[in-house]
Amino acid sequence: MRQWMNIAKEAIARASIVVKFICLLHVTDSYLLSSSHVLGPSMLPTLNTTGDVVLVEHLSHRIGKLGSGDLVLVRSPLDPKKSITKRIIAMEGDKVTFSARNHSFRSLVVPKGHVWIQGDNLYVSRDSREFGPIPYGLVQGKVFFRVWPPKGFGSLGQ
Amino acid sequence: MGTPSVLWSIAKKSFTVGLVTVTVSDRFASIVPVRGASMSPTFNPKTNTSLGSLSDDYVLVEKFCLRNYKFSHGDVIVFCSPNDHKEKHVKRIVGLPGDWVGTRYDVVKIPEGHCWVEGDSSSSSKDSRSFGPVPLGLVNGRATHILWPPHRVGSIDRKVAQNRVSSS
Repeated sequence: MRQWMNIAKEAIARASIVVKFICLLHVTDSYLLSSSHVLGPSMLPTLNTTGDVVLVEHLSHRIGKLGSGDLVLVRSPLDPKKSITKRIIAMEGDKVTFSARNHSFRSLVVPKGHVWIQGDNLYVSRDSREFGPIPYGLVQGKVFFRVWPPKGFGSLGQ
Repeated sequence: MGTPSVLWSIAKKSFTVGLVTVTVSDRFASIVPVRGASMSPTFNPKTNTSLGSLSDDYVLVEKFCLRNYKFSHGDVIVFCSPNDHKEKHVKRIVGLPGDWVGTRYDVVKIPEGHCWVEGDSSSSSKDSRSFGPVPLGLVNGRATHILWPPHRVGSIDRKVAQNRVSSS
């Protein structure tokens, strides 16, 4: 009987360590730093088509330190299960001029609480030119460092 | 000699508790107070401004719906306001992607990945009628149960407004 008690105690201790570790992972992953795999041609020439591994930090969008020119990871407004990587072109209150699908130029003021995002490769990117300014709440983090491929290792500037 | 180690162990304990709380509230469920009368009579049926936070309803918000973003008409959701990411709203889903929703002046088609939310008390609610369809990515969870005050504890039922929505 006592033996079983000891085994159960030890099992609970082990399990609680695992649970704590998972919780720590979750908190770092969603509040500090995570890695992300970026695929697709929409951010050429900054990021490659074949898939770059980048580091994303989740602090600066919470304290409102994002500005235009920053690369951000955004939950896609068209499909909430997907995340997309784009560049912020304008913050709320800024005026943007862009060419719409039918090659006419339009300009508008980004409304309150929204940001305007575009890909660096204007020809293939699906971005704010298609679905308009996106709510700031969809921003998940700022992409600031490239880990893979090795020759592109380094911070991603403005 | 004993004090620093006691402090250290208290700090360690509270750190662990914090980690676990944040994880549970992000991944599984959290408890959220509902302010204002926009969801009356489902929440806060009689708001008394002088009583304030004492009479607020507290609801249980589950996060499992965020795994695949499957919602149905009539679900009560918590989401970030599209105009201010620091604000959270509690509203009811009226329309899902592909639906046509009638507003006061015209009929709107809800784009892909968006939903149309409205408060139950249509007179005093700031919802999709003022800011348009909301991206599903802003959704934070689905309210399932009322936990406080004690005499109103119970699950929140799904109410579907008739004749408002037609799916294409």
